[in-house]
Amino acid sequence: MSETLTHAAKEISWDKKDLLDIKSLSADEIELVLNTAESFKQISERDIKKVPTLRGKTVITLFYEASTRTRVSFEIAGKRLSADTVNISTSTSSVQKGETLIDMAKNLEAMAPDAIIMRHNVPGAPYILASRLAASIINAGDGAHEHPTQALLDAFTIREKKGRFEKLRVSLIGDIAHSRVARSNIFCLTKLGANVTVSGPATMLPRYVERLGVRVVSTIQEAVEGSDVIMMLRIQKERMGKVLFPSTRDYSRFFGLTPDVMRGALPDAIVMHPGPMNRGVEISSEVADGPYSVILDQVTNGVAVRMAILYLLLGRGGGYEDAH
Amino acid sequence: MNRLASEILEKTPDLSTLVLVGMRTGGIYLARILQDKIKASEGIELPIGVLDITLYRDDITITNQHHFVRKTEIPFALGGKDVVLVDDVLFTGRSTRAALDAMMDHGRPKTVRLAVLIDRGQRELPIRPDFVGKDVAVLPDESVEVLFDEKGKVKGAVVEKRKS
Repeated sequence: MSETLTHAAKEISWDKKDLLDIKSLSADEIELVLNTAESFKQISERDIKKVPTLRGKTVITLFYEASTRTRVSFEIAGKRLSADTVNISTSTSSVQKGETLIDMAKNLEAMAPDAIIMRHNVPGAPYILASRLAASIINAGDGAHEHPTQALLDAFTIREKKGRFEKLRVSLIGDIAHSRVARSNIFCLTKLGANVTVSGPATMLPRYVERLGVRVVSTIQEAVEGSDVIMMLRIQKERMGKVLFPSTRDYSRFFGLTPDVMRGALPDAIVMHPGPMNRGVEISSEVADGPYSVILDQVTNGVAVRMAILYLLLGRGGGYEDAH
Repeated sequence: MNRLASEILEKTPDLSTLVLVGMRTGGIYLARILQDKIKASEGIELPIGVLDITLYRDDITITNQHHFVRKTEIPFALGGKDVVLVDDVLFTGRSTRAALDAMMDHGRPKTVRLAVLIDRGQRELPIRPDFVGKDVAVLPDESVEVLFDEKGKVKGAVVEKRKS
């Protein structure tokens, strides 16, 4: 059967085997993910939250670092597409017996998974897997490098709330240097045309960060003022080699998002946080649970975006509008 | 289209539970045309739903073809409804199978009937239409396309050799 459209077919191609980073994606590819996620969001809103699309596909989540939200989000995304999902957390796996990453991967491959979703504390670890395995590799966070699906779900949430990216003012506040979420978001949002500002203690701002095309301001008040989107980052105690600020009380006094700081915000600004939140440190409970917050929308949208990624990688999805 | 509309009306004694569901993309235009014609003759505006079957296709992981997913929009409960599923061309029946599965995941209609503008034959599944605009005999390697103008009116249909 065929169809004829009154508008020309969209020629966006998706030919990637893996999703490793945002840096190598084009703006068109990012928008294809967001548009696809839009169609997937409604599946989670119906009574039967499942489609048969990836029946017979096996998806493994391999997490070398703690995670609740991301792992569960991927697992639910896989299940809602009818893929079989298997979870491996290294605290209960043979990594404890000294198995190397490559051996682990080869053994997993011998069981023919279609996708491996991986979180690792070493930047670049998913790239090693991607180059050696036939399965699609999805980076669910590699050290302080990238966390592409987080940036995509943030972009989806921003588009849903603000309807555009062009000239949108987005401020990332907090620990920019140790944050893979910040890196992926900076790449993603600048590609989409937003104006990105970063702010944080000087010890948490990477040198030459302005080369990524962002504006740097030194106080949270300057970052909040005039921003359409305020994105708070988590203080990453686990990634800090040394003490970068005197105390959490000091941090929250200078870089915590409080109702007082929010008085300088635009009335229609939105507040985002990738989770998990350190309440009372980078964000106060009043703001996290307040009217500006879209933090739980981010979590809801995460499932739709990860469904879109699995579909594009495993379902040969994307591409032109089909003639069936 | 006039005949399709009147046949549907003839075989539907109770219009109160009748709804139209168009399959993307041609079926949507045809469902709207049927809605207009039924409104003109009966004064009733039938509810319309839009079905995207991409996620229910049986070839999604076996072909190299790319399929762009779009939204399914059924703004009413399907339970207890008499659905007329609308498509432009009926060929193998596989799209219809996908549409039936997709619809069942949204609710449990009382009945589902199939209306198509063109039946080109060569079915691969035990599926038959209830309402047919025109039977067209074509070769297996030819494609049939229904053309619509900007206003969604049917301009005509073309038969040509398939590209692939």
